[in-house]
Amino acid sequence: MKSKKPKIIILSGYGLNCEEETKFAFESAGGEADIVHINDLIAKPKMLSKYQILVFPGGFSYGDDTGSGKAYANKLKNHLSKELAEFLSRDTLAIGICNGFQIMTNLGILPRALAHNKNGKYIDRWVDLETHSARQDLAESPWLKGIEKISLPIAHGEGHYVASKKDYENLKKNNQIAFTYAKGEIYKFQNLEYNPNGSDYDIAGVLAYNGRVLGMMPHPERAMFSHQSPLWYKNKKVSKEGAGLQIFKNAVNYFLKK
Amino acid sequence: MISRIYVMPKKIENKADSYLIDSKLSKKELQKLAEALANPILENYYIDSFPTKELSLKFSYAIEIGFLPGVTDNVGQTVKEIATDLFHLKKSSDFHVYTSKILFVESNKLADAQKIAMTLHNPLIERAFIAKVENKSMSLPMKAPKVVLEKKKPVINVLFEVEDEELIKIGREGIMDENGGRRGPLALDLDSMKVIKTHFEKLKRNPTDIELESLAQTWSEHCKHTIFANPIDDIKDGLYKTYIKGATNLIREKKGKKDFCVSVFSDNSGGIVFDDDYLITHKVETHNSPSALDPFGGAITGIVGVNRDTIGFGLGAKPVANVYGFCFGFPDDERKFFRDKNLTQPMLSSRRIIDGVIKGINVGGNCSGIPTLSGFVKFDDRYRGKPLVFAGTVGLIPRKLNGREMHEKRARAGDYIVVVGGRVGKDGIHGATFSSVVMDSNSPATAVQIGDPITQKKLSDAIVKEARDLDLYNSITDNGAGGLSCSVAEMAKECGGAKVFLDKAPLKYPGLQPWEIWISESQERMTLSVPKGKWGKFQKLMESRGVEATVIGEFTNSGKCIVEWKGKVIMNIDLEFLHNGLPKHNLITSSVMQTPPNPPLIKGRAKGEMYTKIFENLLADKNISGFSFISEQYDHEVQGSSVLKPLSGPGKINTDAQVFCPVLNSKKGVVLSSGICPSYGDVSTYHMATCALDTAVRNAIACGGTLSHLAILDNFCWCSSNDQKRLAQLVESVKACYDGAVSYGTPFISGKDSMFNDFKGYDEKGNPVAISIPPTLLISAISVMPDIYKTVSPEFKNSGDAIYLLGETHDELGVPKVDFEKNLKTYLALEKAIQKELVASSISITSGGFAVALAKACVGGMLGCKVSLNQIALKALSVETKLFSESQGRILVSVSLKKTKQFEKLCASVAFTKLGKTNKSPARNALHNNAGGGRITIMDGKDKIVETNVKKLHKIYHNFSDEMK
Repeated sequence: MKSKKPKIIILSGYGLNCEEETKFAFESAGGEADIVHINDLIAKPKMLSKYQILVFPGGFSYGDDTGSGKAYANKLKNHLSKELAEFLSRDTLAIGICNGFQIMTNLGILPRALAHNKNGKYIDRWVDLETHSARQDLAESPWLKGIEKISLPIAHGEGHYVASKKDYENLKKNNQIAFTYAKGEIYKFQNLEYNPNGSDYDIAGVLAYNGRVLGMMPHPERAMFSHQSPLWYKNKKVSKEGAGLQIFKNAVNYFLKK
Repeated sequence: MISRIYVMPKKIENKADSYLIDSKLSKKELQKLAEALANPILENYYIDSFPTKELSLKFSYAIEIGFLPGVTDNVGQTVKEIATDLFHLKKSSDFHVYTSKILFVESNKLADAQKIAMTLHNPLIERAFIAKVENKSMSLPMKAPKVVLEKKKPVINVLFEVEDEELIKIGREGIMDENGGRRGPLALDLDSMKVIKTHFEKLKRNPTDIELESLAQTWSEHCKHTIFANPIDDIKDGLYKTYIKGATNLIREKKGKKDFCVSVFSDNSGGIVFDDDYLITHKVETHNSPSALDPFGGAITGIVGVNRDTIGFGLGAKPVANVYGFCFGFPDDERKFFRDKNLTQPMLSSRRIIDGVIKGINVGGNCSGIPTLSGFVKFDDRYRGKPLVFAGTVGLIPRKLNGREMHEKRARAGDYIVVVGGRVGKDGIHGATFSSVVMDSNSPATAVQIGDPITQKKLSDAIVKEARDLDLYNSITDNGAGGLSCSVAEMAKECGGAKVFLDKAPLKYPGLQPWEIWISESQERMTLSVPKGKWGKFQKLMESRGVEATVIGEFTNSGKCIVEWKGKVIMNIDLEFLHNGLPKHNLITSSVMQTPPNPPLIKGRAKGEMYTKIFENLLADKNISGFSFISEQYDHEVQGSSVLKPLSGPGKINTDAQVFCPVLNSKKGVVLSSGICPSYGDVSTYHMATCALDTAVRNAIACGGTLSHLAILDNFCWCSSNDQKRLAQLVESVKACYDGAVSYGTPFISGKDSMFNDFKGYDEKGNPVAISIPPTLLISAISVMPDIYKTVSPEFKNSGDAIYLLGETHDELGVPKVDFEKNLKTYLALEKAIQKELVASSISITSGGFAVALAKACVGGMLGCKVSLNQIALKALSVETKLFSESQGRILVSVSLKKTKQFEKLCASVAFTKLGKTNKSPARNALHNNAGGGRITIMDGKDKIVETNVKKLHKIYHNFSDEMK
């Protein structure tokens, strides 16, 4: 068993804005994370080969102009297609959170697309999610080990995952559905709609590359600490660690346990 | 060549985006660009021609809404960047894009389409075009809305050997152009004009237009705050120095070693100690006049503008939280107003102003990755003419780095003057002088701008996350009011002079005159002083971050501000005259207006049912009920720092204070809150101000703030400030600020004023109308708490907890008076109780009094309660007074039964009353079923005076918000 910390690259620039807390989450989980501006990666694309985990963090790249994630994905396509393909062909992990997820669908790394929320408005609130441990039809992934149900915050204007019945069947068949919005603790606590953006088949996150690549609209890095949950005030005597950290720990442990 | 790319969503059939492209791209390249603009899963694209055959079966008209020439088009900028990256276009290459939105309408009546077009666009910034959708085609214009500027003489001399009448006219309406038109308000009065005249007579020449414009900017009320600076009655040093700064100086002296102020009043924000390693900064601005004309643009410019006051603090603080505050006319106010007598310039409706402002803060804050945590919304008919839009930003900056104290900065002679960020256009010309006068039909449309949060985000990241830590510059400031004219002149004070080559400034489009470039308030720009030896590294860094940086001159020690245009000196002014030449006026006030007596809320004695009704109606009041529809559309969790959020508990009530943790590996927290009580000002602006201050402090303490580490900010929004009676009201309120700050030991660290919030226009019949805001004072508080884990939220937590009222209730159904001494004791006791973790919930009592606070605590926790008002006051008070009096200094808390003894002991020296308990049967699921646990009962002696239930109150509390969603 090797114990060398895995190296994580978190992209930044052009309006991405969750890179700092995402770095903090990965480092709290035991990884070694670098924030790298996309233009620095374009200038030295080979540096990608020294990393094991690639992260597209949340944010508002290019202000969502022309559609969320589109312009940033175009830039990656124009300059880094080969390097991205090479990275994903190795035994690596990748994650896109919120805007990062939107970028990855625009890149074609993850299936389908994200459209405007059903009410047309940006929304920031907490939601409940289920994974394969709770629902047999969902897929397994190194990112999701030990997670059955989890509550995390969402904050987006374009989070409606679009999939037809046929797409849905295909996603299931190919083991690509990571998370679905569900009725859990938050739903019970605040009596809110459980799927606020109207995602088809309640899909909140999807997988590719045998579960190594995860895209999700909710923000696990905003649930690193228990005090970030709206439920915390009801019972403060819990561990200081928040539920979201497990996702980062899973990624780090994937490499530590090799 | 001009072409159009249309992108149409597959699932929505009545909308499309259009990109009008003026370029040399080939057909194949256009195709490639279109592919980059459409997501094939969600959208189709079309080039030049649109498939109208099917559309024409359903729709008759297409309405195209685009920007007027020169208005910031953020999406257009992104498309340009996409194309530049895709085709490796050189920067100078000819590629222009103009975006617009197309909406298809079913009605076949042109008048209907025209009506819809009117509701969709704001003619001050946008254009609408209506085209018939025909079987074969739809003819939208293939013409680029380019800015074409008339060629004018670059610089003119302004003749000053004229009669006073003409001087007044120049000051009021602006410099006369070659063709006889006026350029827009300088807002210089006759005294100022005469001082300028004398100054230039000594120099034996007339001032140039750019010199006069520059003086007008620097001397404007907006920049110099003359009303606060000038002597007033017998207050020789003026209000600001005597009472605001005076309070802070006294408090700092008293605190001695415990003084936590580090940089106050001297920089773009105020800075205080956070911990050994960091400072936190705070600044709150207003952006009222622009928000009245273009609510979205005004508000977004307001929020990204105040972000720059953070980036421009010291050597650059990182924005870590945004705050907002809105004072609007009522959303259902249908009155129509016009800015001109001929009724050709309509004011926007109240609802459009509200929607636009809310969206502006949404886009500005969310796109910048800064959590928008704290905010309030107030309604009053008198905000219908000019809304008040407060926007503030909290920053975080290391105390020391690279051997420098980071809050200190100093441009050095020989440093390059460098502008970074956006380019200069005509937008925002005369913004500073415009906001210093009454709004009417002369208000310039160019004063309106639209913020570009992404350009600023790139700039902000490159500066505060990189260039600052690499020690690449000596000084930095924001380009806000007055543009370059103010930022360069301001920094020139640090070293003693500046020389600018104005033709080097990067422009959005050609043809701007030098004076326009100099004073334009085009957004997203900062000015830096970069040592020559570091310029290469700085420039390279900026380029690699997609940020434009340009050297426009050099700082000097010549004592002068010199501007050249194509090799000719066009401005040469002594810095001393520029900054200190403004003549002082002795302001005079006259006795304050007659004040009406305290209005009795209810006449006679009413029975239980009636109190219940009053109670419920009060909770439905728009000034009291929840506004989750705003809180939820603002990202308040980015940066992973939120602790006490804008909405709390299962019932999601709006919190009066918010807590966040700006340094993730520290348990120290920052508490933000505010107080604003404009309605009290009708009776007494003194008490209005003390109540605002007390409320801000109380709200912060109620959730766990620390009184000994709490600073405050003032934002005065006044009206008709030439009126001596209004000035008298101002003096009263400023004195109140002093009294409050000194009593609590809470220093002012920053402030801003906006003195002319008046609207003069016409109603539908052409009758003149004047609407002035009520004098309004916002006090914002910022406090550091040692341990975020001790934060207390406002909602009731557990069944069976004891409910206490802290503080004294008096007969104050009208305007309450603050007893600072007593309240101070109460706050210190509560602070201690919270530190000892004795308190389960804590809510500050504000508008609507005890009853409303109780309702909110119940709704927040979805718990019922039973309380008795018997012991609430020593004196016999009427039931309505006990319920609704707005006496200050009171907090409603709940305490677990295990801790009541300890709590009561701790509070022994302050007034407290045990009122009752939260209900035993938990109402956790009260929203789902009709279980009776949510009953709320208020008793007075044997009388049941209020009886209702939490489910009903929840609905009432959220009703307004649900309607606005």
